[in-house]
Amino acid sequence: MNDAKVLLDYGSGGRASHRLIGELLLSHFRSPELARLNDAAVLDLRGPVAVSTDSFTVDPIFFPGGDIGSLAVHGTVNDVAMLGARPLYLTCALILEEGLPMADLERIVASLGQAADAAGVAVVTGDTKVMPRGQADKIFINTTGIGQIMVETPPSGDRARPGDAILVSGSMGDHGLTILSQREGLAFDAPVESDSACLSHLILKLLEALPDIHVLRDPTRGGLATTLNEIAGQSRAGCLIEESSLPVKQAVKAGCSFLGLDPLYLANEGKFICILPEAQADAALSILRADPLGKDAARIGTVTAENPGKVVMRTPLGGHRMLSMLEGEQLPRIC
Amino acid sequence: MNFLDKFRDPELCRRLLDLIHKESKGVRFMEVCGTHTVSIFQSGIHTLLPDNVVHLTGPGCPVCVTHDREVAAYLELAARPGVTIATFGDLMKVPGPKGRNLKTAQADGADVRVVYSPFDSLELARKLPDRQVVFLGIGFETTAPAVAATLKAAREQKLANFKVLPFHKLVPPALRGLLSDPEMRIEGFILPGHVSAVIGLDPYKFLGDDCGLPAAITGFEPLDLLQALLFLVRQKNTGGHEVVNQYRRVVADAGNPKAMQVMYEVFEPADALWRGIGTIPGSGLAIREEYAEHDAFRALDLTLPEVPPLPGCRCGEVLKGKMRPDQCPLFKKACTPATPVGPCMVSTEGSCAAYFKYQLDA
Ligand code: SF4
Repeated sequence: MNDAKVLLDYGSGGRASHRLIGELLLSHFRSPELARLNDAAVLDLRGPVAVSTDSFTVDPIFFPGGDIGSLAVHGTVNDVAMLGARPLYLTCALILEEGLPMADLERIVASLGQAADAAGVAVVTGDTKVMPRGQADKIFINTTGIGQIMVETPPSGDRARPGDAILVSGSMGDHGLTILSQREGLAFDAPVESDSACLSHLILKLLEALPDIHVLRDPTRGGLATTLNEIAGQSRAGCLIEESSLPVKQAVKAGCSFLGLDPLYLANEGKFICILPEAQADAALSILRADPLGKDAARIGTVTAENPGKVVMRTPLGGHRMLSMLEGEQLPRIC
Repeated sequence: MNFLDKFRDPELCRRLLDLIHKESKGVRFMEVCGTHTVSIFQSGIHTLLPDNVVHLTGPGCPVCVTHDREVAAYLELAARPGVTIATFGDLMKVPGPKGRNLKTAQADGADVRVVYSPFDSLELARKLPDRQVVFLGIGFETTAPAVAATLKAAREQKLANFKVLPFHKLVPPALRGLLSDPEMRIEGFILPGHVSAVIGLDPYKFLGDDCGLPAAITGFEPLDLLQALLFLVRQKNTGGHEVVNQYRRVVADAGNPKAMQVMYEVFEPADALWRGIGTIPGSGLAIREEYAEHDAFRALDLTLPEVPPLPGCRCGEVLKGKMRPDQCPLFKKACTPATPVGPCMVSTEGSCAAYFKYQLDA
């Protein structure tokens, strides 16, 4: 592509659009189905399928630990994996702002392509629109993921049962704090990185060994606290969390206390909550800890019959308090 | 062990809690700092105290004590053409007359910018020379010195389009005001850590000398708070009325004279309106004559509008510690953090919001 910036023409459907697709997108998304350039993709799927869609508007578009391209893959692929499915296909719609530097677009598309390859998913169809300057912010990406369900009874937010163990696959709050600390106007530079990562391999490993996992959820926007509340509500059970067992990195703790934030409400993009029968908790933990993405996995609590719909935290002193749902936005546009 | 973790050591905390349980013959204490409120709820201390140690949450959050008339005043300013409001984020949702707030003002076209420090708003004034940039000066002695320093910088740099709307409040006169209410039955105070780091110990001495009450400046970790509580329990038992500084690792007895000096160079004490309490003499800060051109009141010809009280809000009684938030008929019903009726529900440090967020049986 010769132009240094994205022009309105690239969304026209004419020659310029074709150049963008042919020269840029197809060189990074190497799926035969996409290369056919038909109006729709033909997929070969049998049995129950999981589908999830998500739009990515994160600002800044490049951040320590990732960028909007890889995030658009990880976010959607992880959502599909949480249903106990093997993610196979991805659709990808780009909304570009006129004037976006071509180099930025290329970097994002390359990162998206690499993340899709690494996740084992094929980008099979897509769309590109260009908005006049000021009517979109740099780049928005929508992806839809499709995957094949691998277990008899898929994990679901309403399956937490009293007595189940609650695990998390690693430290909380890394992504949210990273994005916030990168925001313009915040003279704050924390030694933190986004945890953006594809979790499907680890999830499949876990499900292969322990097919009776009751709940899998990735605590993205709203963080651990919000997601646990959702699960408690869906399952009509309580969650009792041990505050002292929550994995939070020292740098995240420090950054949060500086900015007056609670890491338990910050987004994660490479972590998940796993709720399963107590008897399988130790086995799950050793599988998780054996994988780099789960090395800080911890058991953080128990599902209870008391306090249905609520998440209760036992503090290190032995006192109790509620861990409530996040009210409104703590941070805008973190994913 | 990391330095802060020492002040959370569960074993030490439990020992203090045991002593409090053993020795307490009953004490009603009030904490007057939003960060203490949150800390007490977050650590679960309030669920571990004996029943006869009664915790009252006082007017500890600057947002919560901002009066409806003050809210109405800045909303009026926000609606004026050519005015840009610069504010800390927690004011955005504070409800004013008819439930209007800065967010609704923004939706109606007002230019409202959230800043993280008063100096950011000075930068804004430089970038927007054609607009009047008004910083909403809300906060206790902790923020007032920084705002004063910003005003000094504005004057030095001749940024005439930078204004401050001075709604700062002072803590010690407010404590005096609270105690003059005969219905208040407070037997001891936990004094704020950050405010005290600026003003020091002396301004609180009247609590012991004139009112016969014990009080402790203390930090925000569980160990700090429990130590202060044990102190109050023991003082109560022996009829003592000492006012002490238990937060020496941060608060010097003399406070921060430099910050105080800047503050009083720019501001002078004035009467102030407190939400639900009314006027408390000498409890606010007005901008001195030399800085009049940066005073939003004088320079932009603004007066505090008269407003009808917020219907049904019991913030006044909650702020005075006369009522627990969950005893307010609107609590959790009409009034939630998403639809706050009173400002105590808006700020994360407000007592109603803390109750809503942390209290299990509320
Ligand atoms: S619950 Fe709401 S209405 Fe009641 S006192 Fe608190 S803030 Fe005011």
